Amino acid sequence: MAAQGPNASEYIVHHLTHLNSLGEKQAKLVDWTVFHLDTLFWSVTLGLLAILILAKAASRATSGVPGRFQAAVEILVEMVESQSKSIVHGDRSFIAPLALTVFVWIFFMNAMDLLPLDLLPNIWAMIYGAAGHDPHHAYMRVVPTADLNATLGMSLGVLILCLYYSVKIKGFGGWMHELFTAPFGSHPVLYPINFAMQLIEFVAKTVSHGMRLFGNMYAGELIFMLIALMGAAWAGTFGSGLLWIGGVVAGSIWAIFHILIITLQAFIFMMLTLVYIGQAHESH
Amino acid sequence: MNLNATLFAQLVVFLILAWFTMKFVWPPIMKALDERASKIADGLAAADKAKSDLAHAEKKAGEELRKARESAAEFRSSAERQVAQLIEEARVEGARIVAAAREAAESEAASASQRAKEALREQVAALAVAGAERILRKEINAQAHAELLTQLKSEL
Repeated sequence: MAAQGPNASEYIVHHLTHLNSLGEKQAKLVDWTVFHLDTLFWSVTLGLLAILILAKAASRATSGVPGRFQAAVEILVEMVESQSKSIVHGDRSFIAPLALTVFVWIFFMNAMDLLPLDLLPNIWAMIYGAAGHDPHHAYMRVVPTADLNATLGMSLGVLILCLYYSVKIKGFGGWMHELFTAPFGSHPVLYPINFAMQLIEFVAKTVSHGMRLFGNMYAGELIFMLIALMGAAWAGTFGSGLLWIGGVVAGSIWAIFHILIITLQAFIFMMLTLVYIGQAHESH
Repeated sequence: MNLNATLFAQLVVFLILAWFTMKFVWPPIMKALDERASKIADGLAAADKAKSDLAHAEKKAGEELRKARESAAEFRSSAERQVAQLIEEARVEGARIVAAAREAAESEAASASQRAKEALREQVAALAVAGAERILRKEINAQAHAELLTQLKSEL
């Protein structure tokens, strides 16, 4: 932080602003003409990294004695396979790989939280400044899962798959029948109530699915920012020195705890994906 | 926290990544895992079979050993019997030879002593005749007294 750097509020707002296709902060809450370029870039990059690592393991996979890398990927694959087998009863040729992708990809995106908070944004600010723009407007958020668009996009994907498998397994008629007769029973009076409940269930599942991951990662990111502010308080005085030390200690503790959170959230997202798709396979 | 078209882009990326995993990642890994599982199963089965084969072979070897021991014992006892028989035969033969030799020696000695006695008798008879000649100072007709002399000889 320079001597006349941003104050705490400006610092946090700057870190929470996306690099979007407008070049300035999105005014409306919902605007379908705007893209978050940073989220897209990092999620696609990390997604490619994830599947390339997996593809490398897959291309080298032999039935002989596995190396450490192969064994690690195999442990992951077996974990996903056994989870999906116990939850989804039916053809899992797409669902199990989907769950694996979800887990690895979200883990990678969450892990961006563990990089030093200002590292990539500052590099981006340098590039942006070198390109002749104002570096103060170089926005860059590197954790795609701390963007609601990313997590809701994925949960929407899961919803679409749920609908697809509902129709595929039960047939369109069977699914319609279920929409109007479950959960309360088959009676003309109950049809609208059942249908409303089903709609609420789908919306709640999808929104909570995306929101849960987003909320966890957003809050984690925010806490990293507050800890970074503690470290940035260093001004040569005793009190600010204590704050700096507190920043180091808190940063270490939070980062170590975050290793658990990023893994757990990736696992939860994968498990809920399997559970929701598994529900689409079961008739009420 | 704004909603925008990033959402749909993310959705598409999500499905593409999942498709890629389904197509290129999942099958080879599962194939390798299944193959290894069957290999391990085969290995375990082979180990079981080898174990039972070993037990079988050990049993067979024990039987062979027992048989060999039995036949060796048989060989030994028959050899001992044969040896005993040979020794017995040799002993009998030896005894026979010794007896024959003793018999021969005895008869030899008997005939030799007989001959010596005969010769002695002859000489004593001649000596007695010569002594009697000298005593009588006269010629004795040997032919006239041959009977007497023969009688005298047999009395000696």
